[in-house]
Amino acid sequence: MGERIEKVSIIVSKGSLEGVYPGLIMANGARAEGIEANLFFTFFGLDAIHRRRLDHIKVAAVGNPGMHMASLLGVLPGMSAIATHMIQKKMDANDIPGIPEFMEMIADTGCGIYACKSSVYLFGFTKDDFIDQVKDIITVGEFYEKAAGGEIIFT
Amino acid sequence: MTTDTIAGVDVDLDEEGFLVDPGQWTEDIAIELAHREGIASLTDRHWQVIRFMRDEYRAKGTGPPVRALARTSGVPIKELYELFPKGPAKIAAKIAGIPKPRGCI
Repeated sequence: MGERIEKVSIIVSKGSLEGVYPGLIMANGARAEGIEANLFFTFFGLDAIHRRRLDHIKVAAVGNPGMHMASLLGVLPGMSAIATHMIQKKMDANDIPGIPEFMEMIADTGCGIYACKSSVYLFGFTKDDFIDQVKDIITVGEFYEKAAGGEIIFT
Repeated sequence: MTTDTIAGVDVDLDEEGFLVDPGQWTEDIAIELAHREGIASLTDRHWQVIRFMRDEYRAKGTGPPVRALARTSGVPIKELYELFPKGPAKIAAKIAGIPKPRGCI
């Protein structure tokens, strides 16, 4: 076996379902392998840790070639909700948890969950807007300190 | 594959240190494998998870990944990580002498 990864710090910058899940799966999977992990939510990624928003994260129905659907249809009202519902049904069938449960689970694995300070100010949020699992609101400099000595993954 | 003497028994291990033949497993082997993973002594809760892993393997041919392990064993995720800090499903499977579970979640 080659060199082992000891730590990963994963940045989640997007607020769509397909933007949020990869970071969560990689953080959780890292902990399952005994790898230290941190999750840092920035910009629209903050929705994934926002109390009133994390249960309403949707798939992008427009400008998303992976949906295999004309973007023109994607603009119809409710299309994003329908697409999200379809994907969530598939996720349930494949035993992938919803985002609220997933965030709780990831915190329980010992992964650190952080919010980006400048984005929090930008959107006018406070610590109270976020789920209890968020350890702290930190600067980019503090993020680099936490990430020191490990891999950084931007999603 | 390598051969190693664990608790006085010659066993075959794969490149990650998992027992190749779960039939070679004994409780003494589990205790020594736990030491190698930095777990000084196995508590009743550790044994509950280890036996559960072996039962699942016997029934299904594979041990469960972490989320399924928490849900079916009755040991919550937080406690699983306290018992097996280097990865609950992976390390419990290794100590239980079964192959590494291959789920992603």
